[in-house]
Amino acid sequence: MPPELVPLALQLLNALAFSMLLFQLAAGLSLIFGLLRFVNLAHGAFYMLGGYLGLALAQASGSFWLALAGVPVGVGLAGLGLEVVLLRPLYRRPHLEQVLLTFGLAFVLGDVVRLLWGGEVRSVAPPPELAGAAFLPGLGVGYPRYRLFVIASGLVLAGLFWLLQARTRLGAIVRAGVQDPEMVAALGIDVGRLFTAVFAFGVGLAAYSGVIAAPYQSLQLGMDFEALLLALIVVVIGGLGTLRGAFFGALLVGTADTFGKAAFPDYSLLVISALMAAVLISRPAGLFGRSLG
Amino acid sequence: MPVNVDPALPSRSVASLSRRGFLRALAATGAWAVGGSLLAACQPAAPPPAAPAAPTTAAAAQPTSAPATSAPAAQATAAPAPQPTRAPTTVATVAPAAAKPASTGPLKLGVLLPFSQVYAQLGADILDGMNLYFEGIGNKAGGRDVQIVKEDEGVDPAPAVQKVRKLIEQDQVELFTGIVSTPIAYGARDLLHNAKVISVISNAGGNDLTRGRKSPYIFRVSFSAWQVAYPLGEWEAKNLTKKVVITAADYGFGRESAAAFKQSYEQNGGTVLKEIYPKFPNNDYAPNLPEIQAANPEATYNFYSGSDAVNFVKQYNDFGLKKTIKLTGSGFLLEEDVLPAQGEAALGGISSLHWAKTLDNPENTQFVASWRAKYKREPSVFAMQGFDAARVIVEALNKVSGNTADKDALVKAMEGVKFSSPRGAFEFDPATHNVINPIYLREVRLVDGKPGNVVTATLGTIKDPGA
Repeated sequence: MPPELVPLALQLLNALAFSMLLFQLAAGLSLIFGLLRFVNLAHGAFYMLGGYLGLALAQASGSFWLALAGVPVGVGLAGLGLEVVLLRPLYRRPHLEQVLLTFGLAFVLGDVVRLLWGGEVRSVAPPPELAGAAFLPGLGVGYPRYRLFVIASGLVLAGLFWLLQARTRLGAIVRAGVQDPEMVAALGIDVGRLFTAVFAFGVGLAAYSGVIAAPYQSLQLGMDFEALLLALIVVVIGGLGTLRGAFFGALLVGTADTFGKAAFPDYSLLVISALMAAVLISRPAGLFGRSLG
Repeated sequence: MPVNVDPALPSRSVASLSRRGFLRALAATGAWAVGGSLLAACQPAAPPPAAPAAPTTAAAAQPTSAPATSAPAAQATAAPAPQPTRAPTTVATVAPAAAKPASTGPLKLGVLLPFSQVYAQLGADILDGMNLYFEGIGNKAGGRDVQIVKEDEGVDPAPAVQKVRKLIEQDQVELFTGIVSTPIAYGARDLLHNAKVISVISNAGGNDLTRGRKSPYIFRVSFSAWQVAYPLGEWEAKNLTKKVVITAADYGFGRESAAAFKQSYEQNGGTVLKEIYPKFPNNDYAPNLPEIQAANPEATYNFYSGSDAVNFVKQYNDFGLKKTIKLTGSGFLLEEDVLPAQGEAALGGISSLHWAKTLDNPENTQFVASWRAKYKREPSVFAMQGFDAARVIVEALNKVSGNTADKDALVKAMEGVKFSSPRGAFEFDPATHNVINPIYLREVRLVDGKPGNVVTATLGTIKDPGA
């Protein structure tokens, strides 16, 4: 590759890595909205909780991989409990009450993290096999291995979701539930259980993205709402409730943000906001969203 | 800091929300949440019955944070009410508070420090530093027991300034200390000045607080941005390289640090090849790193703090810049609060600050040992600033026998406070009320197997020019 193109290639890799981080973060939020029809404002808090639990489990066990596997399951189960105990009684009430509940939950979880871990900035070391930089022969430069792993994880996850949605009975039920929950119930499928499962899965995904993000960035108080905002932007741009939207929304936001930061570092937030405004004006339901009227 | 500019929330009623409008409202709710004005975010969601029950903080924050809202009727009637009543109270309470003989009974010391959100650790360190000093001298100042009335600073100026008002008017504190964030210090400045509450700022380092906006009643025991950054520019031009790139978080303190460094660096023959100001806060500096490399400098001067500092230093290392481009910066980039999280990525980093944990003087040895014994963790520069803030208050009150009613005498006493601090000699510049700081050159090396700042030189005793 000609040397003058190397910075561009590096920025493309940066954009892809950040996009995949965003996709993994936003997927759970989008999934829950698609079926349960409310925005889980505690999504960022579950992400933060995942990051901190990942830190704890990785420190205790000495294995990042164990944390990456165990934390999403644990947090997902906690999400399952929360859905059954707190959210289910609210399904007959307006959606806004469910949203407010998750909003309150976000504060409670934020304080729990503060009580358990304090206000210090924490960081998680990548596993030894992903530490340092990998030499990319085509580019002639090194690139952090962990970022390559984040890209791989995002792409694999996207592939799995697609298979699950397009090729399995469960995926078909979820898709049907997104379209018309009453009809699905009329066909004899237990929609309540489906809701519980999807909520738990979405929450587990938030925790998974938290563990993934921890070595990429760092852990600190306030990361929950920062993540929530980014996830909301991604799903609003991509179209609420579709995983395809989350994927392409993340790609768009990640790329715009990376090149925006490189070109005008001090106005970079503006780039994302302008992108969101442009998408909402031309396609109010988002890129892949259907008008749900 | 994302200040809460009201993103013009739709004020439509809940019942008539269309699905799409609902989504937009939610997105806006999320945006608000991030801005930090959390309770206010319930505004569009809460139907009228919820309004009276809204906690006072929300109500108090509303008029100042969102004066330009397209206010719904309910708000329009509610908002003006507190405003006029509040303005007169400022005037009314000042006189009695000043006239009250306040030299007996416990000394009410108002403290505003962040105990939540991103600066929570700084607030905890400063308060613990204060308590360490107060306990060491039997919790007495001028013969009176010290009674702390504390409020959470958070990160948002509007609610934080309301809390300063509460401390002055409702709690009638005799002295005030704290404030981590510069915008909050600027916001509180007039309140403190007009009420003549003698104040000891224990962090916020914006230059103007002891320059254009200085007050006879406000003292600063921490630093000014200029004070920390200026000496390193000269040292770096003379001893390290004449070619640097400057990067700093895009807010007042970051820009002021960068400007002071640049000023002395250029005065000494250095060339700044490029300046980059990434937005604040920021998790990912990867997009900026190729820009640094492209300018081909021999070193970078950087200012970030907290999690930004962790991310920047780690990513600077991950992308291999540290091997060829020397990492230098403000002391906050590599201070004790972020060093454990940065780990070995910080090794070799050079910075300037008015303190270092390994600083070799008897007061510091004593301070670090007693801090570790009491809190079972490592002290930071913020802890030291809290410790010194408490000492300044005690020394000044001892001189006036605990009488806070005679403001002029207390100001004089404050101006004359001198002692040996863990940072070295402590004294105020009577012209600005900013502390005169020794500034140290520090390098991150392995100390007992862990990265720590080692003092390699003293860059002088630095007085802020005050203009």
